Formats: sequence, structure tokens, C-alpha cells
Amino acid sequence: MIAEIGLFALLLALLFAFMLVIVPTLGIIFNKEDWQASVKIYVPLQFFFVALAYLALTVCFLTDDFTVSYVLMNSSKSLPLFYKICAVWGGHEGSMLLWVFILTLWMFAVNLFSKNLFFPLKIRVLIVLGLLSIGFILFIIITSNPYSRQFEILQTVGRDLNPLLQDPGFLFHPPMLYMGYVGFSVAFSFAIAALWLGRVESSWAKWTRPWTLAAWCFLTAGITLGSWWAYRELGWGGWWFWDPVENASFMPWIVGTALIHSLAVAEKREQFIAWTLLLAITAFSLSLVGTFLVRSGVLTSVHAFAVDPERGLYILIFLLVVIGGSLGLFALRAKSVVRVKNLNLISREAALLLNNVFLMVIMLTILMGTVYPLIIDGLGLGKLSVGAPYFNAVFIPLMIPLLILMGFGVQLNWQRDGFKRLYSVLGLVGLLSLFIPALLEIIITKSFNLNVYLGLVLAFWVLLSTLKTLLIRLKISGFMGISLAYLGMVIAHLGLSLTVIGITLSSGYGIESDVKMSPGEHIFFAGFDIRFVSESSLTGANYHGNRAHFMISSNGYEKSIFPEKRIYNVGNIPMTESAIDVSLFRDIYVALGEPINDDSWSVRFYYKPFVRFIWGGGFFIFFGGFLALVDSRYYLKGRKKNKLTFKAKI
Amino acid sequence: MKQLILAILLSFVHLTASANATYPLDSAKQEAQFHHLLHDLRCLVCQNQDLADSNAGLAKDLRNEIYNLVKEGKSDKEIIDYATERYGDFILFKPPVKTITYLLWFGPGLFLVLGLFIFWRSCLIRKGQIDE
Amino acid sequence: MKVLALRLMPLFLFIILIGFFWYSLSLDPKKLPSAKLGKPLPNFVLPVLGNPNLKLSQNDLNGKISILNVWASWCSSCVDEQIFLLHLARIGVTIYGLNYKDNQDDAINWLSSWGNPYKLIGSDLDGKVAIDLGVYGAPETFLIDKFGTIRFRYAGVLTSKIWQQEFMPRINEMEHNL
Repeated sequence: MIAEIGLFALLLALLFAFMLVIVPTLGIIFNKEDWQASVKIYVPLQFFFVALAYLALTVCFLTDDFTVSYVLMNSSKSLPLFYKICAVWGGHEGSMLLWVFILTLWMFAVNLFSKNLFFPLKIRVLIVLGLLSIGFILFIIITSNPYSRQFEILQTVGRDLNPLLQDPGFLFHPPMLYMGYVGFSVAFSFAIAALWLGRVESSWAKWTRPWTLAAWCFLTAGITLGSWWAYRELGWGGWWFWDPVENASFMPWIVGTALIHSLAVAEKREQFIAWTLLLAITAFSLSLVGTFLVRSGVLTSVHAFAVDPERGLYILIFLLVVIGGSLGLFALRAKSVVRVKNLNLISREAALLLNNVFLMVIMLTILMGTVYPLIIDGLGLGKLSVGAPYFNAVFIPLMIPLLILMGFGVQLNWQRDGFKRLYSVLGLVGLLSLFIPALLEIIITKSFNLNVYLGLVLAFWVLLSTLKTLLIRLKISGFMGISLAYLGMVIAHLGLSLTVIGITLSSGYGIESDVKMSPGEHIFFAGFDIRFVSESSLTGANYHGNRAHFMISSNGYEKSIFPEKRIYNVGNIPMTESAIDVSLFRDIYVALGEPINDDSWSVRFYYKPFVRFIWGGGFFIFFGGFLALVDSRYYLKGRKKNKLTFKAKI
Repeated sequence: MKQLILAILLSFVHLTASANATYPLDSAKQEAQFHHLLHDLRCLVCQNQDLADSNAGLAKDLRNEIYNLVKEGKSDKEIIDYATERYGDFILFKPPVKTITYLLWFGPGLFLVLGLFIFWRSCLIRKGQIDE
Repeated sequence: MKVLALRLMPLFLFIILIGFFWYSLSLDPKKLPSAKLGKPLPNFVLPVLGNPNLKLSQNDLNGKISILNVWASWCSSCVDEQIFLLHLARIGVTIYGLNYKDNQDDAINWLSSWGNPYKLIGSDLDGKVAIDLGVYGAPETFLIDKFGTIRFRYAGVLTSKIWQQEFMPRINEMEHNL
């Protein structure tokens, strides 16, 4: 019964989605303002029914209703309650429902918080979002119904949620990611609405910016969490694999980063409007392309959902309509893309334009690498793999000019700046960036690793330049003169330099060792004495297995950790629960491999210096964005409704 | 601070009891070779993992084969040829530089040059060009 | 005009990408064509299952067109193709078996349960010969011509449909070119 209520609610939501597109559009054509305004009623109604539909599915999980196929395939009687709630998005159908729920949530928010938005723009934004929601709800109903029933009398306890997903990270990672992916649809809609309207008000960038920042923050958090979770959970000490689905999340993030920078220029200097529109379209388009890659089966991935070419075809047609349509609209309506007025080479505007260029190059590189096997296969030229070694080889060199630019970018003045001033401000910074890493490396490690050095130089360059610009601002305007937005910018850029430090040091000085050990034995690893104390069998809520006790000691320091090898009861799936001795400056990571005859095990040890900095940096980036988001200048009361000081006809 | 220095100090001390190693090798060079080869080759069963990380039976067998080849002193090229003779280029996570992968390997550089060109053109356009 | 072309670029590139995506929906990214097509069988000498004093080597497959089937008792899909293989054996197709990483007793029991279409079976206990053949799973079936050259490899359960579509045309072609 509950499942049917859910399906019915979803159908009602679809109805309201149609209403919110058709009625206001007719209102635009026939110039009836109250028809246009009806969108304000339909949006909350749609949201309400989608929420109801989502709730219904959740209840099916909580009550172990195995007559619903989706519940049967993604849950089990013994699954802990917490994971039953997460399991709703554990498979394709449910995760699409989550996607739609989040989309209507954003729509609800846009509707709520846009009281002073230029009315014609607001209506069109919501209509475009409405069109998107129609597409997704139809997709669910036609190809991915989570409520479909099966009536076999089965003795099973359910196929269970994939053990890899039974981890707290699963609560946050997908919802955060979706908030990001789907959130970019708001920026997308603002861009399409502007193109539709045929003009960009000066306030357009100011309105689009907070929504874009919010989505970008969520995506940053989602990616950071995903990386951290993979590191903890997968047992191989890695935190990024250039897996197609990871790339599918990284590409929108890169374009989103370019977008928020471009929006800054659009808002402050009223330039780069066309670029900004194109970036807004591209960011969400990449979210959609990512959805296609993950759910159609054209690429193999650890993240891939149940493969179904029929679903792939629907998404492909959807892509064609949405992205093709928006790019076509852009080509038609945007009078110029690459023409910019009065751009001085040494200026913040130019630096941000170059920043956009670099980011787009990086995105295109990742896109090409991800789809290349597909293209080669499609041309009948054979089967190729493009994996981590390729991506690392091309991505790292591309980051170098970007990081160098960043050090300059945070310092540059708007409009016009000069070499002399830059030199006086950054000369010392440059010297310190070259000097400090060399000093640290030689003194502390008594050796010199060129790759590590280069990485550290770049990181320090960004770090010190960002700090310098903060110092300058403090000197000029004092503490009160530092807005939250500015502080956010500083923290976000600092975050990136921390991430670079973490990546450089953990890769450059990390150690990996694969050893056969029995209880009682010990090894020397990375300067620590690690003893395999004991091993015992263990039983959990829905698994059984082995638990080992390892003792790490060095110079009076002692720590016990307990890696496990689990076999989940349903399906006999083996899982490695690695144990990590965490500390700010290094991780020691122990994973149990396979048991070897008698009582010995193959054990893998990793020493990862500064690896926490990677996610710490990611958090700083998120936090910086968050600060910029809550800066009060977006929420000042009494802002004029239709500021017509500048009208860029596009 | 002490922890920081300790961390950095220890970070390059590379000591393991090689008698216990699952795949003991004679020299650090061989160990490095074995290590990087395992990361460059794809597991064909669990296709998104490399040979170092996969638990699949075939991955284990291939690890043993490669271990033996490394121990015998074979070069990187010989070992990679061994793998591609049997499984084709698909087993390489790092695509070889061949005619069909020229775009892949030179593409990023090309994009960068193109991007810089676009940037340069944008900067050169000065007065007289007003957004309509 | 040049600017319009520039602005249409993203759309144009996108359409091309969609084209590839469209086509790729009909492909299977996991399936691998054999790297050994057109190459001779690798050298091997394996004990025969059930009769270890006898040996199976690549030379045994010379002389006539035959198929080499990779199977194991632990492979659940292998059961699905066994009936079809028995049918093939009955109509005169020469089938050699490669017992892949299997326990001897389990394998022999499996054959008595599901039937034995094989002329001879080599026991590849450690999977080395399978690696030399480029095997990446079970079941797999190789088409070998009378000179011992590998002409085709099918990875998956062998069915009548696959036999008609992939094997028969090649066999006919080989017999024509005698």
C-alpha cells in the first residue's frame, strides 16, 4: 500500500511539474502575469509530493517490505536501521528518486528566496527547472520505477546492501554529491533564463552567485568525503583512482570552480558574461553526462549502477535535448564569446580569464581520457584502457601553470596592475617559496626529491601569496575591513595549497609493504616496530570474519589497531576493514590480505605522511566557499528590485 | 613540532624485513619495478582495479608470473610485452603511445596551446570593441 | 561569421560526443577480443585429466579443425553450456578441454554428472597455460584450425546462437580454403 502511495505521489508531482511549466509559459505568451505567478504555488506542491514519494520508499525499507523488488535487492532483515535509511539510495532507482527529491528541494528554495528577483527572470528560471524535473520524473516512471512489486514467496532475508556501502560515509557522500550536481542546475537555469529573456541584468550575476557557490560547496564536500571514505574503506591506501565515476564528479567541480570565479568578474566588473553563461551550461551538462556514464553501462566502473542500455538511451536523448538545446540557444543568442572589452594583460580580469582557460583545458583533458576507450572501441580500433597512470601523467603538468597563476591572481588589482607593484609584493614571496621547501627537505630528510620539491614550491607559492594578500588587506582596512567573502577566498585558496602539500608528501615519501606474518611476529616498518599480536574470529550484525590485533610502537609511543577481514552473510562477500593509526602528520595503515595456509596472513602496510592534509585542505576549500556564501551582502534588505544601471544585450 | 620532524624524518627510512615479504626481491630497483608494473596493469576480472590491488584469482596468478619475470631480471618492456601478447593493449592502464593514441597523449598539450591562443586573442582586442 | 562558427563549436563537439555515446550503448566494455587471434597455440604439455601418464600438447590439436573449451567444476556458468557441447560432440565436432585451476576429483565428478564431450582434457592446475592463451575467465571457447592457429575466441557460455553466428561461418571459410 505504501509503495503505491509513493508511486501515486510521484505521479502527482509529475502533474504539478507539467503545470509549473505549461501555465507560466502560456502566461508569458499571452502576457498574463497571474498565470506566470502561478509557478509560486506549483513549485511547493511538486516538492511536497516528491517528498512524500521519497518518504514512502523509505518506509518500505524500514518495514522490510520485500514485495517491493528494490527493497529486496538493496536491503536485508538484519541490516542495521541506520543503513536501511541509507539503502534507499543504494541502487539506481532509489538514487534517482533522491536526485529528483533534491532537485525539487532546490526549486523550493529558489522559489522561496527570490522575492526580489527580477520577475521575468524568476519565472523563467523556475520553468527551466520544471522542465528538468519533468525529464527526471518521467525517467523514473518509465525506466526506473523503485516501487515495482514482485510476488514470489521467497525464503530470503533480502540481497542486502552492498557491504562496501555499509559505512557511515555512505550517509553523507551521495547526498552531498547530489546536492552539488543537482545544485548546478540552478546556475544552468539562470543562464538559460537569461538567454531566453535575451538580456542579462546587472543583478543577474549577483543572484546566480550564491546558488552556484552553495552547489559548489556541496560538491566539494561530496568529493572530499568520497576520497576520504575510499581511503578508509577500500583497503588499498589509495584515495583517488581516476575511475570514470570519480571523473564524472570532478569535471563539474572544475567547471564549477571556473564558474564561481567568472561570476565574480561578471558581478564586479560586468564582463565575461558570455563566458559565464557558457560555463553555467557546461557545469550542469557535465553533471548530466556523468549520470549517463554511470548508469548506461558504456564504461566499467566500481561505482556503476545496474547496467541497462534502455536507461542509457533515455538519458542520451535527454542529454541531446537539454544540452544540445542549451548550447544551440547559446550559439544563437550570445553575440560574442571571446571578445572582451579593454582587457589589460596585467589585471585580475585577465588572470581570471586565463584561470578559466586553464580549468577548461584540464576538464577537456579529463573528459577525453575518460571517453577515449569508448571512442576507440566505437571506431572499431580495438580495446584500450586509460587509467590512473595516464591521468596522473597529464593532470600534474597541467596543474603547474594553474598554481603559478594562482599566486599572482590573488594579488592582482582589478582593471590594471603593473609588474613593478607585483614584484615588490611578490618578490619576497617567490624567494621564500623556493627557499623554504629546499631548506625543509635537506635539513629534515637529508635528501632531495625533485618531484616533492616542485610540489612544495608550488604549494608554498600559493600559500604565502594568499597570506600576503590577507596581510595587505589587514594593513589597509583592519579587521573590520575583512568581509566574510574575502576571508572565504583566503581560506579556500589556503585549502588548496594544503591539499597540494598533502598529495606531494604522501605520494613522494609514502611507503608500501606487502608482508607475510603470523601472530607473534613483528616487523620494522617506516621506523616503527609493528607486532602482529593476535588474531581471533568475530561475528557482527550481518557478517562474520577475523579480527587481528596489531601493536605499533616506537620510542615510548604505543598504539593498538584492529584490522578485520569480514565476510558478509548474504552472498558471502569478503571485505577488508583496514585499520589506521591516524595522526595529523602521518597515517599508518594496515590491511589484512588473504590468509595463508597455517595461521599466517598476507598483510599490507602503508606509511602515508601528511595524507590528512589532503582532506583537511578539501574541508578548508568547502569552508571558504561557505563563508563567502553567508556573507551578508547577498542578503541586505531593501535591495533595489530592478537595477538597470547596466544592460548587456546578448 | 617534534611529531612533525619525526614524521618527516621517518618518512624516507625504508626498512622492511624482506624475509617476510610476500614477494621478496633482491634489490630495491627490482622492488620498485615490480611495484610500478603491478600498478600499470589492469585486472581483467575486476576491471577497475590494478594487479596490485585486486583479489581476483587471475590477478594473483598474473602477480606471480610478473614476480618471476622481475626476479629473472626481465626489463619493463619485456614484461609488458608478455602481458600484451596475451591480453592486448587493454591490460595496460597506461595506454601505449601509438598512432591511435596520439590524440590522447598530445591532446592536453594541444588544448593548452589552443587555450593560450584564445586568451592572447582576447587580451589583444582593445578599444573599439564594445559589447553591443 | 567566424564568430558564429566559434560559438557553434561547443554544440558541434557535443553532437559528435553524443554520436559515440549512442554507438557505445551497443558495445560491451568488459568483453575483450583475443590478442592471440591469428597466432599459433602456445606451447604446452599438460597431464590428461584422469590419466596423468598421458600428456596433452598443442601438437595434438593439429590436423583438423577443433575447439578448445576452458572449463572448471567451480564455474557455475559452465553447466549451462555443457548440454550444447555434448550435442556438438555428437555431430562430430572435435572438442578438447582445458580444465582450469580445478581439483582433479571435483572435475571428474563434475563430468560424470554433466557429461563428457571432450576428446582429451588437459589439467591446467596453476592456470599458466590459460594465461598464455589470454584467458580471463571461464567458460571460454577457442576455435583452432588444422595448423594449430587460433582463429577465434568466445568468452562466455557457448550457445547454439553463438555457434551459428560466430563459429560456423569461420569453420566454413576454413574448409573452403583448403
